[in-house]
Amino acid sequence: MSHETHTPEHQARDRLIVMANQIARFMESKPHAEGLQGLASHINDFWEPRMRRQLFAVLDAGGAGLRPLVREAAPLIRRPLPDAAPPLGSRA
Amino acid sequence: MKDFIIPDRDFGTPAAKSKTMVTLTIDGFEVTVPEGTSIMRAAAEIGISVPKLCATDSVDAFGSCRLCLVEIEGRNGTPASCTTPVAAGLQVHTQTDRLKKLRRGVMELYISDHPLDCLTCSANGDCQLQDMAGAVGLREVRYDAVQTHFRPKNTSGEANPLWTPKDDSNPYFTYDPAKCIVCSRCVRACEEVQGTFALTIEGRGFDSRVSFGAKTDTALTSDCVSCGACVQACPTATLQENSVIQIGTPERSVITTCAYCGVGCSFKAEMRGDEVVRMVPWKHGKANRGHSCVKGRFAWGYATHRDRILKPMIREAISDPWREVSWAEAMAFAAGRMKGIQEKYGRQAVGVITSSRCTNEEAYLVQKLARAVFLNNNTDTCARVCHSPTGYGLGQTFGTSAGTQDFDSVEETDVVMVIGANPVNAHPVFASRLTKRLRQGAKLIVIDPRRTEMVQGPHYKAAHHLALTPGTNVAIISAMAHVIVTEGLMDEGFIRERCDGEAFADYAEFISAPHHAPEAVEALTGVPSAQVRAAARLFATGGNGAIYYGLGVTEHSQGSTTVIAIANLAMLTGNIGRPGVGVNPLRGQNNVQGSCDMGSFPHELPGYRHVKHDDVRAVFERVWGVQIDAEPGLRIPNMLDAAVEGSFKGLYCQGEDILQSDPDTKHVAAGLAAMDCVIVHDLFLNETANYAHVFFPGSSFLEKDGTFTNAERRINRVRKVMAPKQGYADWEVTQMFARAMGADWGYTHPSQIMDEIALTTPSFAGVSYDKLDTLGSVQWPCDDAHPEGTPLMHVDGFVRGKGRFIRTEYVATDERTGPRFPLLLTTGRILSHYNVGAQTRRTANVVWHAEDVLEVHPHDAEVRGIRDGDWVRLASRSGETTLRAVLTDRVSPGVVYTTFHHPETQPNVITTDFSDWATNCPEYKVTAVQVSPSNGPSAWQEQYEEQARLARRIVPAAE
Repeated sequence: MSHETHTPEHQARDRLIVMANQIARFMESKPHAEGLQGLASHINDFWEPRMRRQLFAVLDAGGAGLRPLVREAAPLIRRPLPDAAPPLGSRA
Repeated sequence: MKDFIIPDRDFGTPAAKSKTMVTLTIDGFEVTVPEGTSIMRAAAEIGISVPKLCATDSVDAFGSCRLCLVEIEGRNGTPASCTTPVAAGLQVHTQTDRLKKLRRGVMELYISDHPLDCLTCSANGDCQLQDMAGAVGLREVRYDAVQTHFRPKNTSGEANPLWTPKDDSNPYFTYDPAKCIVCSRCVRACEEVQGTFALTIEGRGFDSRVSFGAKTDTALTSDCVSCGACVQACPTATLQENSVIQIGTPERSVITTCAYCGVGCSFKAEMRGDEVVRMVPWKHGKANRGHSCVKGRFAWGYATHRDRILKPMIREAISDPWREVSWAEAMAFAAGRMKGIQEKYGRQAVGVITSSRCTNEEAYLVQKLARAVFLNNNTDTCARVCHSPTGYGLGQTFGTSAGTQDFDSVEETDVVMVIGANPVNAHPVFASRLTKRLRQGAKLIVIDPRRTEMVQGPHYKAAHHLALTPGTNVAIISAMAHVIVTEGLMDEGFIRERCDGEAFADYAEFISAPHHAPEAVEALTGVPSAQVRAAARLFATGGNGAIYYGLGVTEHSQGSTTVIAIANLAMLTGNIGRPGVGVNPLRGQNNVQGSCDMGSFPHELPGYRHVKHDDVRAVFERVWGVQIDAEPGLRIPNMLDAAVEGSFKGLYCQGEDILQSDPDTKHVAAGLAAMDCVIVHDLFLNETANYAHVFFPGSSFLEKDGTFTNAERRINRVRKVMAPKQGYADWEVTQMFARAMGADWGYTHPSQIMDEIALTTPSFAGVSYDKLDTLGSVQWPCDDAHPEGTPLMHVDGFVRGKGRFIRTEYVATDERTGPRFPLLLTTGRILSHYNVGAQTRRTANVVWHAEDVLEVHPHDAEVRGIRDGDWVRLASRSGETTLRAVLTDRVSPGVVYTTFHHPETQPNVITTDFSDWATNCPEYKVTAVQVSPSNGPSAWQEQYEEQARLARRIVPAAE
């Protein structure tokens, strides 16, 4: 987690890897299936699509730096649409 | 209590709690009261006020003034009605010739040694001595005041040795011994209500004087914590608020709620016109029961401080000076920028931060602005950096995200466990209630790296202080659970009946593993295993066990895990669902509970319901007429990351100073600096405003209607006592902004917003301003099943059904000491200041704490050549700052401690970007640091100060 030498994108990516691994560390103490589901649900429930998109960028590139449970949970994590958020209905 | 101007009846002695009722006759009227009630109080119940001076219903009867004498048929003499309990069939007379004569004689003696300067006395019109002289019909005083205690000089012009000068050392009240009748009400209030024991009666007989501690002490140098209980108890002008001395007596009072900490004390704002004369704790307030602390009682001057910004301001770039503009121009500018950002970068490029200092109604509107007007879920609140792990941990285990008890519950507690909290400083009014229980004999366990003020106080001492290494909470609490399970001390009946059996079996197996034993974790935690075992046994077997915890639990990489561990411990020992037990997060800010309840988090709508649920969104979509995004939004740290990356460009931040309060200041500054539109809505040009393009001036809690929800889920009314100085209540400002963004909101009173909350949020379904006005307050859930609210939760079953045990494996934080940074920094707060200090620094509270200091253990100081009071450099891998060192053994060797109330110190330059695994709550409580001697401010501090100076320039609007 060195800050000085990295671009903002790298820093954000590193931070996401740390965060995903932290969640994994908690879930690893549970029975495997429960932990796997728990990790995916946690990321689905609390990570904004931009963050999940960045996570998938890491996963798609081989998942370097991620703990095995994160890599294994990838198919259970909701993959966001590639672009910015789709339009919603009109405002009040 | 001087209640003669604005009566709030004083019954003379506290209410008795007995269920057995006793009937007697007073002056021919029959009255039935609980056994143990005094005759004085029984008389008051039927409207007969027996004259009194030393009795007041906030403290126990004392029987010293001899004014409240009564006659009882069949009993000899004239007993004091305050100290004589009722008995069945008594025939009491409160007004007989004999009593009248005796009372007059007593008053005559009092008055003979009292200065008769009533017309110019600060208690004029609000003095019980004056009132009693009238009540007993005193018409003459036969004694000449020759030798007095109130004249500075005697009749020959010599100094009078009995005279003591005024003590005006305290900034908020003055002690004038000349006016004292030595009724001891102040001394008893300090002991019984506050629990500080700062006051005493010095001398004997005619020499008796009220004294702050030793004879050489003043109010300021004594142990006095300036809670105001003595001032409130004083029947004369002896202890008087300086504001009353300066202004005069109030003419009306309005019941409202303090805007400081999460205790949520009810106050009477006593007013003359639109000027606050004093804030007096309201004895019917269910959180504080008539008590207060220095902040709520006295430190409200910030509300009218000259630093308040009263005109909206805008600027093109943060390097420009501010330009004062009309509200209309500010709204048009802000809305134009935010719309432009959304058009260019997408609807997810903007967001909001709701305020834990504003009302529920205001927080609700700000999150509604994000969801219904910005059309995204980018809303977060300062609870992110304090109690978000509480929400997660208690939600997972119990099914709801709040404390389980009311504050009254502490009166029935036998073993109190305080973890990572220092209520004596941070939640002082609750601490007074807690220490009262401890003085009655309840046992105390404190888990804290520092020997806090909680560990030992007047007439109590913790049975166990587990002074653990910062960052090892999970290890220590799991070790306690290990002891309880392996020694068979758990409450099997409770677990069987109330908890998920399968989850318990899994947990029991997990926690029984030898690596959770106190002996196994001793090296990690630094706490002797025997102490952990003894504490666990005490908690499991000592009767009603209650856990109170604070940010020392949540602000860690494993904050959420620790909350879960605490919930596990309460379930293991069956300490849930009745008075005297429970899991009680001590919430930091006045409305942090409420801001969370109101849907401020990016993943959940009001009432803690996830945005992914179609049925939940449908409720709001129907009322709001928009489609709500089903994806969670960005949390504060994620917003800042996205800003640095360039995908998040606009922020509306209400009543929150993230630059000062959030970790890793440089990262926060970089995020803010990368945005195109930062709107700060606040009373003052706070630190975040240095990076803002728009400033909406805010209104104080005295200037608006609304509600705050305290740490016991209690919804209290906030009432407008004066018009907003800058024109609009904060909810009106948010509404103007929403309208400028194209919304058609048309609320005309906050009660309408509460009606909308009740309509959409099941736990608030039964809440309305009418109900709050009738009942005073209610605790959510308040619905058809609980029309008067819910003081205790999980009584018959957990909200989620069965309580769920969850495994809590200890994972060491990545923040570790090493050769460069060998010490661990932990942070906290002090009594006289609140949060980032924006309010309290603008009051006389600075006399107690003018700067943040670094507590260093003498051993660590010695090897670094640091002496007490030296400037030291405090450095971590994130940054460095300088502050003064104080040498103390409150901290263990290897640990240093500071507070975060002053922007000049900026301890958050030091804190890192590590955070709780589940919620991103920052790890404020553990930072590896080095401390070394220094000559003065760091380069960062100087650079920051210069930036702040430039950013605060204002060009006034042309008149």
